[in-house]
Amino acid sequence: MSSILVPDIPAPGFSFDLCQRNSLLEKKGYPAPKAQKTGTTIVAIVYKDGVILGADTRATEGNIVADKLCSKIHYLADNMYCCGAGTAADTEATTNMISSQLELHRLNTNRVVPVVTAAKMLSQMLFRYQGHIGAALIVGGVDNAGPHVYCIYPHGSCDSLQYTTMGSGSLAAMSVFESQWRPNMSEEEGKELVADAIRAGVFNDLGSGSSVDLCVIRKGSVDYLRPYEMSCKKGEKQGTYRYKRGTTAVLQKSVRPIIIEDEMIQRVDHESMDTSS
Amino acid sequence: MAVEQRISGVNPMGGLLYPDWQHAEHSTGTSIMACEFNGGVVIGADSRSTTGAYVANRVADKLTKVTDYIYCCRSGSSADTQAISDIVNYHLAFHRMELGTEPRVETAANVFRELCYNYRDSLMAGILVAGWDQYKGGQVYSVPLGGMCVRQPISIGGSGSSYIYGYVDANYKPGMDKEQCVELVKNSLALAMSRDGSSGGVIRIGVITENGIERSVVMGDKLPKFYEG
Repeated sequence: MSSILVPDIPAPGFSFDLCQRNSLLEKKGYPAPKAQKTGTTIVAIVYKDGVILGADTRATEGNIVADKLCSKIHYLADNMYCCGAGTAADTEATTNMISSQLELHRLNTNRVVPVVTAAKMLSQMLFRYQGHIGAALIVGGVDNAGPHVYCIYPHGSCDSLQYTTMGSGSLAAMSVFESQWRPNMSEEEGKELVADAIRAGVFNDLGSGSSVDLCVIRKGSVDYLRPYEMSCKKGEKQGTYRYKRGTTAVLQKSVRPIIIEDEMIQRVDHESMDTSS
Repeated sequence: MAVEQRISGVNPMGGLLYPDWQHAEHSTGTSIMACEFNGGVVIGADSRSTTGAYVANRVADKLTKVTDYIYCCRSGSSADTQAISDIVNYHLAFHRMELGTEPRVETAANVFRELCYNYRDSLMAGILVAGWDQYKGGQVYSVPLGGMCVRQPISIGGSGSSYIYGYVDANYKPGMDKEQCVELVKNSLALAMSRDGSSGGVIRIGVITENGIERSVVMGDKLPKFYEG
């Protein structure tokens, strides 16, 4: 029972009502509507003084590029950021929820929140939803114990690694890391390596494209570089291909005025909605 | 659309733009092993973690701490087994505080069994629980897919284990000492890793005694060599 005075409070968190609708539609032969997914390249590495996260900026809807400059490096806390691949809505909602919990945790404990806390919160939430939340995440950050990178899958498994890649371009990006990453890289080397890995995704994976975003996290400071580089500049037209005025010869010219035969005004009444049965 | 289908030969949504991790669960197609000796246990595992045909992590750690003296070897879905061992870790930490001493390995194994049995329809987890306690010394318990719990002096698990049952049966002798157990675990896992496509990487070894755990790694180029025809 809901009224204007006593409205129904919507349930917090994720709603899976539409899953039922979609399965019904599918049963009747209609394809279920598709969610916007980020066929993505996201990566992260540990370097000498912290971590560097990287992402491309293409969001796709099937085979259509839905957004050419979307942001895939999400804020979690002042000392950690999170790259998201998979369903765009899910990565955004998940990181926002955890970000808010982390801030409350920081205020409660009055300490820098450890990166492992964020990783555990995310993986426990994703595990609870049994893979229905399509969020593949890379969490990177620096806490009192040092720099950390965690890789979290939609089903809720979690790996702690020195360098990692995710998304449809992960294979291309990983080949760059596997051949060039080494421990204790400098910041400049690290940034160029991460950008190279993202470029490998941008140029070799159809689901990734446009430009490179970077996020460098050191102890006490963050550089969010967006865009770090526009990798796919649109080519400029070298010449103009328009016909000059007068190219087509005018052979004949005639002007016919519009003749008004009848004028009529029709008023549209506001009809009340049919609520019978 | 047509181009994508030609390249991948399958549904473009599943085939090209979105790789395995979208539908395939991240799992540890695994070789794990645990072996009792007088005074402790030896546990071992490979380090490969796969998503479909892709190696998602080549340096995974499948020997997971439950208490200081009890570890588990995980096989199956890594999301499921990580969640289970986190929960068991929580229960035993609480139990340890109430108890005032280290929990029994048997208790840990039964907490694993309780979870694995109650949620057997939604879990994919084959776990070896191994550790040391003051009552029964080194112990190995196997908690396989359906949620059974059984003590075994030596146990193997994971997809790679089917290749080495014969080897383990032939080479295990009751009353082996620590070094002999470590050697058997190394050799068995190396054999499993060379035959099983979803096992590989390095061998992680742990020896748990009354002094806690002693961990070591056998690097990929230092693995025992056998016939590779």
